[in-house]
Amino acid sequence: MEHIRTPKVENVRLVDRISSKKAALGTLYLTATHVIFVETAPDARKETWILHSQIATIEKQATTATGCPLLIRCKNFQLLQLVIPQERDCHDVYISLIRLARPVKYEELYCFSFNPKLDREEREQGWMLIDLSEEYKRMGLPNNYWQLSDMNREYRVCDSYPTELYVPKSATAHIIVGSSKFRSRRRFPALSYYYKDNHASICRSSQPLSGFSARCLEDEQMLQAIRKANPGSDFIYVVDTRPKLNAMANRAAGKGYENEDNYSNIKFQFIGIENIHVMRSSLQKMLEVCELKSPSMSDFLWGLENSGWLRHIKAIMDAGVFIAKAVSEEGASVLVHCSDGWDRTAQVCSVASLLLDPHYRTLKGFMVLIEKDWISFGHKFTHRYGNLDGDPREISPVIDQFLECVWQLMEQFPCAFEFNERFLIHIQHHIYSCQFGNFLCNSQKERQELKIQERTYSLWAYLWKNRADYLNPLFRADHSQTWGILHLPTAPCNFMYKFWNGMYNRFEKGLQPRQSVTDYLMAVKEETQQLEEELEALEERLEKIQKVQLDRTELRSKQSEPSKHSGFSTADGSTANTPQDYSGNVKSFPSRSPSQGDEDSALILTQDNLKSSDPDLSANSDQESGVEDLSCRSPSGGECAPSEDSGKDRDSDEAVFLTA
Amino acid sequence: MEFAELIKTPRVDNVVLHRPFYPAVEGTLCLTGHHLILSSRQDSTEELWLLHSNIDAIDKRFVGPLGTIIIKCKDFRIIQLDIPGMEECLNIASSIEALSTLDSITLMYPFFYRPMFEVVEDGWHSFLPEQEFELYSSAISEWRLSYVNQEFAVCPSYPPAVTVPKAIDDDALRKVAAFRHGGRFPVLSYYHKKNGMVIMRSGQPLTGTNGRRCKEDEKLINATLRAGKRGYIIDTRPLNVAQQARAKGGGFEQEAHYPQWRRIHKSIERYHILQESLIKLVESCNDQTQNMDRWLSKLEASNWLTHIKEILTTACLAAQCLDREGASILIHGTEGTDSTLQVTSLAQIILEPRSRTIRGFEALIEREWLQAGHPFQQRCAQSAYCNSKQKWESPVFLLFLDCVWQILRQFPCSFEFNENFLIMLFEHAYASQFGTFLGNNESERCKLKLQQKTMSLWSWVNRPSELSKLTNPLFEANNLVIWPSVAPQSLQLWEGIFLRWNRSSKYLDEAYEEMVNIIEYNKQLQAKVNLLRRQLAELETEDGVQESP
Repeated sequence: MEHIRTPKVENVRLVDRISSKKAALGTLYLTATHVIFVETAPDARKETWILHSQIATIEKQATTATGCPLLIRCKNFQLLQLVIPQERDCHDVYISLIRLARPVKYEELYCFSFNPKLDREEREQGWMLIDLSEEYKRMGLPNNYWQLSDMNREYRVCDSYPTELYVPKSATAHIIVGSSKFRSRRRFPALSYYYKDNHASICRSSQPLSGFSARCLEDEQMLQAIRKANPGSDFIYVVDTRPKLNAMANRAAGKGYENEDNYSNIKFQFIGIENIHVMRSSLQKMLEVCELKSPSMSDFLWGLENSGWLRHIKAIMDAGVFIAKAVSEEGASVLVHCSDGWDRTAQVCSVASLLLDPHYRTLKGFMVLIEKDWISFGHKFTHRYGNLDGDPREISPVIDQFLECVWQLMEQFPCAFEFNERFLIHIQHHIYSCQFGNFLCNSQKERQELKIQERTYSLWAYLWKNRADYLNPLFRADHSQTWGILHLPTAPCNFMYKFWNGMYNRFEKGLQPRQSVTDYLMAVKEETQQLEEELEALEERLEKIQKVQLDRTELRSKQSEPSKHSGFSTADGSTANTPQDYSGNVKSFPSRSPSQGDEDSALILTQDNLKSSDPDLSANSDQESGVEDLSCRSPSGGECAPSEDSGKDRDSDEAVFLTA
Repeated sequence: MEFAELIKTPRVDNVVLHRPFYPAVEGTLCLTGHHLILSSRQDSTEELWLLHSNIDAIDKRFVGPLGTIIIKCKDFRIIQLDIPGMEECLNIASSIEALSTLDSITLMYPFFYRPMFEVVEDGWHSFLPEQEFELYSSAISEWRLSYVNQEFAVCPSYPPAVTVPKAIDDDALRKVAAFRHGGRFPVLSYYHKKNGMVIMRSGQPLTGTNGRRCKEDEKLINATLRAGKRGYIIDTRPLNVAQQARAKGGGFEQEAHYPQWRRIHKSIERYHILQESLIKLVESCNDQTQNMDRWLSKLEASNWLTHIKEILTTACLAAQCLDREGASILIHGTEGTDSTLQVTSLAQIILEPRSRTIRGFEALIEREWLQAGHPFQQRCAQSAYCNSKQKWESPVFLLFLDCVWQILRQFPCSFEFNENFLIMLFEHAYASQFGTFLGNNESERCKLKLQQKTMSLWSWVNRPSELSKLTNPLFEANNLVIWPSVAPQSLQLWEGIFLRWNRSSKYLDEAYEEMVNIIEYNKQLQAKVNLLRRQLAELETEDGVQESP
């Protein structure tokens, strides 16, 4: 490929983040799709694979005596520090990666070359797994109040909306077109979720172009129509998810928010979720805290607080809770918008739907939810996640925040979700990986033009095929937590929101719990299933034999003993456990007396010494490292890496971990 | 003294009890010598039984004739009682105040408590030093059990029997005791079977400003070293604090006199600093009004997690020296009764699989805390709400339990006990019907005749019905050393203790139950399958026998 200036550099060192003195020697390869680091250590030959599309930033640091350091930060929160011996090579790698990480055309993305060896039919079926028309049917639509509108056929009204949209029956074409002209980017109010139980609905749109005084009869009629589609309530909420100040500032640009005086029977409400720029810098600050080398507790908590990240997560969740309550408790419909109605609006609508409808808390339902509120309604994936070279100010972790909201809910309601944390992590990974076509482009229209479905594969089919890895063992369809609405406590329980270590430090295995309850329970459940089968077989045989004996027939069944169920103890190296650097404040060592000679220095407890004095520390089954029975009895081995190169990824996880 | 004198109003009707997450209950309030009891008139199931000794502080206020008493408990729970009648309210309040601060130990509930359960095994004899020593004896030829402290004359805070190097006789021990703070001469805390290295603990050496030395002391600790090997002395105080201690007659081991030992100073806080940390933490956990930012900054300002990190780090360091460096270790701070015990006991949790079992953990508490002379009576007299601010009040033991919880969270399958076991120990350390945590050391406990007059906590806990609630269903024996992460990202607030009363745990409890069910069902199936297999095998051999002739 023409952008690769140097395909291979030898004697590169991969520096361990936690103890910077430890580094692995290896060879760096650049391919058309990946950066690959292969360790030279003969026993390990560990490989670390990084997709170009995962690369967020590349930083070339000042050359030192040992070489030229190159820092690669990934969008899935992996951090790679390489030291390349020759400045020239480092520069070549740097220049190559800069280009490779920022493709200019969609066709350069990995999904167009990724081939999971499925035939055409399988691929097409994969794309059919998630079907939004089915989803609207499930909601109970169309019905007396809502109908499928063909107004946006061929994207004639709004090019960032899907063609298939539900609107109130009483909203005529005239009203829709009129309303769309009064809304930013013509994103007129359309249905996001319909709550069968009481006819209340969640609708979404962009901001109205109200300026300081403008009004639009059709837009007012549109909101009226939404209200009428819910006979149970005589008003609707209009929720503007922006901070009031931001919304007011928009008025000067001829945009703004609904004037309660102009719209009959609306209750207007601001919910202050900050804009994409604030969120981008908030994440940046939080990641800086994660990158700190051996931070103190105060460094960490202060940094976390100053990033404001958890406060933003709470704001999104609060908005979702507000809407879910309005719908379920007050029976009122809600129209949600922000500015363009594709970021905060998507977050808030999907959180509210998740709280209201248990279906979205299932594996498939969650895929549907993302497909509906994010993909079909024109969340700008390409811009937000920087898949192509573009304006860096467009990049923002909007869907990351939604995924984190879901995780925070999972922590509160451990039995309510069919899927586990790994599912969220892998979705996050693939939003950035560009390995599957689902999250490409900024709208359905663009995806259609690119013929995504014909040229790429669907992530949903891949996740569904591997669903055993993503199940929450505590989920049971007939458990009370599974039904109905999730009620979050009303008190301001700020302590409820926690730092998501499993996501933001996911590649720092040394910082994660060493044994996974989820994996353990999944293994138990799998064994249980085998036992059930065996039990049935045994009962059958017993019955048969007893019958045979009864009949005094001398037929002996020579059936072989059913295979003994596999034990739990799967030795999985990835749970290896070694001591960290606990001697952080070596400074406080007393000054040594002269009598303590050379021999003494060997005793200083530095990480390096420890390692060198204990050669089998990073070798496979160290008796003391806690490797062996450290539960991970999961047959799927707690394998953490998504995508086809999972095997390699796992190695990379391990590489990071073992040196922890 | 008669309790009746303190109880001016033994009973008040129409009292309303308010608790978070429960509907208010109206009922009759009764005061007894040791309990505050509320029972609703309609049905007797709504009851509150509260030990007076669990009450940390009370507030009262009046709105007209209605009085309100807010009771703040040592387990951090806060309840509110609305009491009609100003006089009744005042009487109740003053009775509670008096009954919850009895100054004589022998008036405490354990001396009055009569167990309603059958004692299968007397906990007072469950963990005798001799038995504990026997666990080692096969492996140790260099150690002996010394009764030099039989009469508590050599060290008032040590038990009568301690384990010391065989090479050191009792006379030498007496000399060493005179050289160590509180007479706490170095004794064996833990023997690492894998390499024969040990952890010892002691009080600080009394070197003073003129650098006093004690040959016997040097000989004692050198006796634990193999030829040519070095050891580590972990001083839980920062170097400057240790240096300052010399002015008061204390000090630290000087290199010149202990050339085979490398000293490492850590900084584990003690006394009121920890107590203030606890007070701040509990205050912020109870504050429901703050916004998101203030919560994190308050959590930070309490420094609680900083203390956790420091203690865990020191324990890991000790374990690392022992296991990875193959070196023996001596640990002490000033007295050797607080931070020293946190470190020695946590190091054992990390190194020794047995201490992660229920029995082994109980033995650890008994050995490293009770018999080692952690002054429970002083440290746990008050909790987070009390204003008395006595210097010796300090949540040292709670910090230890919190550290264990942090390790348990990182290794959820490696402990035989669950979180409830740790919470239970916390509760009983502060207020209990059992005598186990009374007194400051063995000597005091002997004088109080606790063994004869009170029941041991272990007698109650080690019954199958109790154990089943405290057993971790995920436990699978793990014979390896478990190295926890001490990075800030890996440490969390112990919600089960600090947010216990401020959040509904319904969904988490359900999840725990579900987990238990999954594992129970698996075990049942396993048993069934095994039974059927056996039956089948028998039938088939019978068949075979019939067939063969």
